[in-house]
Amino acid sequence: MDSPAVEIIDLVKRYGRTTALDGLTLSAARGAVTAILGPNGAGKTSTVEICEGFRRADGGTVNVLGLDPSRPELRARVGVMLQAGGVPPAMRCGEWLRLMSRFHTSPLDPAALLERLGMTEHARTPYRRLSGGQQQRVSLAGAVVGRPELVFLDEPTAGLDPQARHACWELVGDLRAAGVSVVLTTHHMDEAEKLSDHVVIIDHGRVVAEGTPASLTGAERQLRFRARPGLALDELLTALPAGSAAKESPSGHYIIEGQVGPELLATVTAWCAAEGVTADDLSIERRTLEDVFLELTGRELR
Amino acid sequence: MTTTTGPAGAGRPDLTPAPGAAPLSRMVSAQAGAEIRAMLRNGEQLLLTMIIPVLLLVGFSAAPLVNVGGGPRVDFMTPGVLALAVMSTAFTGQAIATGFERRYGVLKRLGASPLSRSGLLLAKTLAVVAVEAVQVAIISGVALALGWRPGGSPLAALALILLGTAAFSGLGLLMAGTLRAEATLAGANLVYLLMLGCGGVIFPLEAFPDSAEPVLALLPISALAGGLRAVLADGGGVPFTALAILAGWAAGSLLLASRTFRWE
Repeated sequence: MDSPAVEIIDLVKRYGRTTALDGLTLSAARGAVTAILGPNGAGKTSTVEICEGFRRADGGTVNVLGLDPSRPELRARVGVMLQAGGVPPAMRCGEWLRLMSRFHTSPLDPAALLERLGMTEHARTPYRRLSGGQQQRVSLAGAVVGRPELVFLDEPTAGLDPQARHACWELVGDLRAAGVSVVLTTHHMDEAEKLSDHVVIIDHGRVVAEGTPASLTGAERQLRFRARPGLALDELLTALPAGSAAKESPSGHYIIEGQVGPELLATVTAWCAAEGVTADDLSIERRTLEDVFLELTGRELR
Repeated sequence: MTTTTGPAGAGRPDLTPAPGAAPLSRMVSAQAGAEIRAMLRNGEQLLLTMIIPVLLLVGFSAAPLVNVGGGPRVDFMTPGVLALAVMSTAFTGQAIATGFERRYGVLKRLGASPLSRSGLLLAKTLAVVAVEAVQVAIISGVALALGWRPGGSPLAALALILLGTAAFSGLGLLMAGTLRAEATLAGANLVYLLMLGCGGVIFPLEAFPDSAEPVLALLPISALAGGLRAVLADGGGVPFTALAILAGWAAGSLLLASRTFRWE
């Protein structure tokens, strides 16, 4: 149990002239939930599919449970949920899950698993007749039915309605509680923030930041307000305690960071009053992962 | 009112890791069973593998539409229809099913399961052979009812069917592993029709121009139909030429398929 669940060092993957992964390094601890977060095309799926043994790396080292991803013995120890498909469309989902369970020595009871995911009434429904969210749940069930040590979930909640998302989150929580290592990709900030012990933000095939959700968002809070564009923030900064920061982003939206407390609030409102400026929608908020992400990558997630 | 958890009393499955691959025999039999059920449940596939061969057998045995030379018509038709049945399952059905499995990520997903690729191929082969056994039973039953009197060595017929299965499976997997699923669907049906028309299934090869005949005789369907006819209708010995042609197709197509097959 000494090696991490997943260890990736300087991973490179090219498709023709496109470099999908450009020296990516990350580690996923055993028994923890690791979220790989990034916009479309950042390299999330390439990373996971190399770990799953579907693709070969063009450079770097990848170890899954301490082994090369191509090792056949990993197939029984690792559960996989593809981003889409994987189940014969005409097959009843209960039948497919039973088939997957027969590949393992001590699988979960497929019927109990379907019940856990609220899918019992659809056990005899062909996969293609299920809604997108129901298909995702069947696929998720297939990833865990063999009682793996490690599961890879590639965008497990894409296209799910809120209730199904919640069911998926609960299952991920149960996996973690049972000591299963989970690596998931997502572009939902709230999902990464809520579920994971460790978040790795990637963009252009490289890690741009990683840490716990709390360490990434920081303990600091922000003061936000709206006012007319073009305020002289330099002047405001001279009135604020050292170490404070002020910025206008986007135009007319102001963010003040630093020791956000009553004192800072009073200083800002007094300064606004002196400038003859009305500050609207004034609020104190914690930074979200989304803010961190936008700062790091300069682009929207979706 | 809604609940976000399962029904009251629903046990929570124990997710504690307990990984392990089942014995190969259990994995293969589970996968083969699933493949057989899929084949027997698919309407279009049944049309191709069961209904068309039986209709051709009954229709052409009853009606003097084709000059088959001397002897009862059913004795000529049955070996050809058996060859057609083998082709429909091993080639057409398998190519189409596998092509769509590739398209829908089924092969990819199985690649992440403990079932190895060789295990999957073994399961597919077992399923094809099992469905062929059903076809042979039905076609032979209908033929016997129509007055078919088979002769020759059953072992020679079995050897032809197994080598034919290998040759057609190789060709089917070659198509399924390289072409888009829609192209495989169209192509496999087209090849089925061409082989049905030009491969000595219903129309004797002698009916074709002299220049075409030796070329058509090299087709796997001609070798299988002709070989089965030589054994079952004419009571001939081991049809070495037919076996050699089928072995050549099997070796070439399986080798090429294994080199070119794309699992995604």
